[in-house]
Amino acid sequence: MRGTGKGGKKLHVKHKRRTGLNRSMAGNVTLFIFMGICGVFMAVPLIFVVSNAFKPLDELFRYPPRLFPRNPSLDNFADLKVLMSNSWVPFSRYIMNTIIITGGGTLGHVIVASMAAYPLAKHDFPGRKLLFSIVVLSLMFTWQVTQVPNYLIISKLGINNTYLAVILPAFSYGLGLYLMKQFMEQIPDSLIESARLDGASEYRIYLSIIMPNVKPAWLTLAVLQFQTMWGNTGSQFLRDEQLKPLQYALLQIVNSGPARQGAAAVVTLIIAAIPITFFIICQSSIIETMTTSGMKD
Amino acid sequence: MKDVGINANVEQSGKTVSRDAAKLKSAGEWSLISRIKKNKASYVLIAPYFILFFAFTVLPVTMSITLSFTSFNVLEPPVFIGWDNYIRLFLNDDIFRIAIRNTLIFAVITGPVSYFMCLLFAWIINEFRGKLRAFITLIFYAPSISGNAYVVWNLILRGDKYGILNGILLGLDLLNEPVIWMKTEKYVLMFLIIVQLWLSLGTGFLTFIAGLQTIDKTLYEAAAIDGIKNRWQELWYVTLPSMKPQLLFGAVMQITQSFAVADISIQLAGNPSVNYAGTTIVTHLLDYGSIRYEMGYASAIATVLFILMVGSNRIVQKLLRKVGN
Repeated sequence: MRGTGKGGKKLHVKHKRRTGLNRSMAGNVTLFIFMGICGVFMAVPLIFVVSNAFKPLDELFRYPPRLFPRNPSLDNFADLKVLMSNSWVPFSRYIMNTIIITGGGTLGHVIVASMAAYPLAKHDFPGRKLLFSIVVLSLMFTWQVTQVPNYLIISKLGINNTYLAVILPAFSYGLGLYLMKQFMEQIPDSLIESARLDGASEYRIYLSIIMPNVKPAWLTLAVLQFQTMWGNTGSQFLRDEQLKPLQYALLQIVNSGPARQGAAAVVTLIIAAIPITFFIICQSSIIETMTTSGMKD
Repeated sequence: MKDVGINANVEQSGKTVSRDAAKLKSAGEWSLISRIKKNKASYVLIAPYFILFFAFTVLPVTMSITLSFTSFNVLEPPVFIGWDNYIRLFLNDDIFRIAIRNTLIFAVITGPVSYFMCLLFAWIINEFRGKLRAFITLIFYAPSISGNAYVVWNLILRGDKYGILNGILLGLDLLNEPVIWMKTEKYVLMFLIIVQLWLSLGTGFLTFIAGLQTIDKTLYEAAAIDGIKNRWQELWYVTLPSMKPQLLFGAVMQITQSFAVADISIQLAGNPSVNYAGTTIVTHLLDYGSIRYEMGYASAIATVLFILMVGSNRIVQKLLRKVGN
């Protein structure tokens, strides 16, 4: 906030890379070692998640446990495949449900929340502060107890047991609005003001000034919302087996018996791998955007 | 209570005066109705979000708070009983006292520690470039988006000799016999805190990384000319003040995460846990809400937790306003 004005003077100066400016060699080495140690702590449990999926059953119960499998095999994957083919709802159906629920919930939330965040960040309309503080307060209410009232409302609206019962509430999660508003506040007012002088409408400004300038924010939000929607099994509202998402079906298969430890390890891997993959896809854009869009006064 | 969320606005409100408000000042007096008319576009933009938000959030939360003054078993209609739930909660519920104690210990440790971890790691990662940077970000962020992958900690903390931690400690002769970690009262909370910290580089962390991206790079050159000497000064005088909106946001996220802890406790320590060593406010709430179907009582627990969170949020937001001064 504080320095956005200062930047203008140096607009045409070709920047040096930041590394090097105010950086000491000793400091860099220390940071590197520190990150290495912490990285190992973060990574080891996940390495187990991956390697367990490839361990044959006898190695899953081996003492002492081993980080990497000695005889990696795809048996667990084959087991899961057999279990999946026994399901009476075809798995392609579950996958389609997940695409509709996760895709719809993510896209809708990013659009609806960022539309509302722009006026909250940059307009001075009556009710603005009150509305925003209600959103922030709502983040602090435990969702577990709102399930019963939610169920009543969704039944009253007649959307129970449809995709909408899971997707529509997701549009209005508090997190996205709050996140987008915080980022939009950093956009210099002069940028918006000059667009207004050029005759742009507020909708035009939202689309062609605000959204391009907060691309890291809405990509971040997309990652977060994707993960939330992917974890949403919708079991409360979706009664029909044909409407349930993939994660529900996978957990159902492996929760049904201890003999399915191998398949369960694969399911844990799949459930973790999908949001991580989505994150990797978005990550490069989150990181690269700001170097080109140049948010300056 | 009302100004909690507004805190975030306070600094900005002066600057974000739209053209309408500017006219408002010069004209002196404008009626509320004409201000609303002038801002028609604002209301159109916020309408879709807030219609859904009121239907699916405000209404259920209000209903829950109302239910906290009733006895409600989901099947029969709720019966108004006044403050009885709250009286029972504070005077007759010993386990709730344990739950509050555990939650506060848990939140006071994991809240600040994970907040600073998010900030520290995001800041360090920002020093790296290219592929290496993307890789480190992935390693640190992955645990928090891996769904229920944290159940892998069950393998690590298993109570027999097959457990990984037991295996290592037995191998090093630090233990004579395996310890049943998650069934031993004094270890439960400690391991829950460790697992939570492993999971905590999530929303706040990602927001900080994106926030660091948004900082105008020329500020750093200007700062170097102004006599900033090392990375620590740069962090305090340039980086942190420039990402204040993200800092405020991250704080709210970390508070809600550390007070609402429940899933990891249930998965790793069970519910109820040994001698209630892993009981938190939310596991207690789930016990009443989804096992005993005492929704009125569960709603009262939720309301108490809500007030605790709002209170800590106020304190934290006040502290954060001092950043960079």
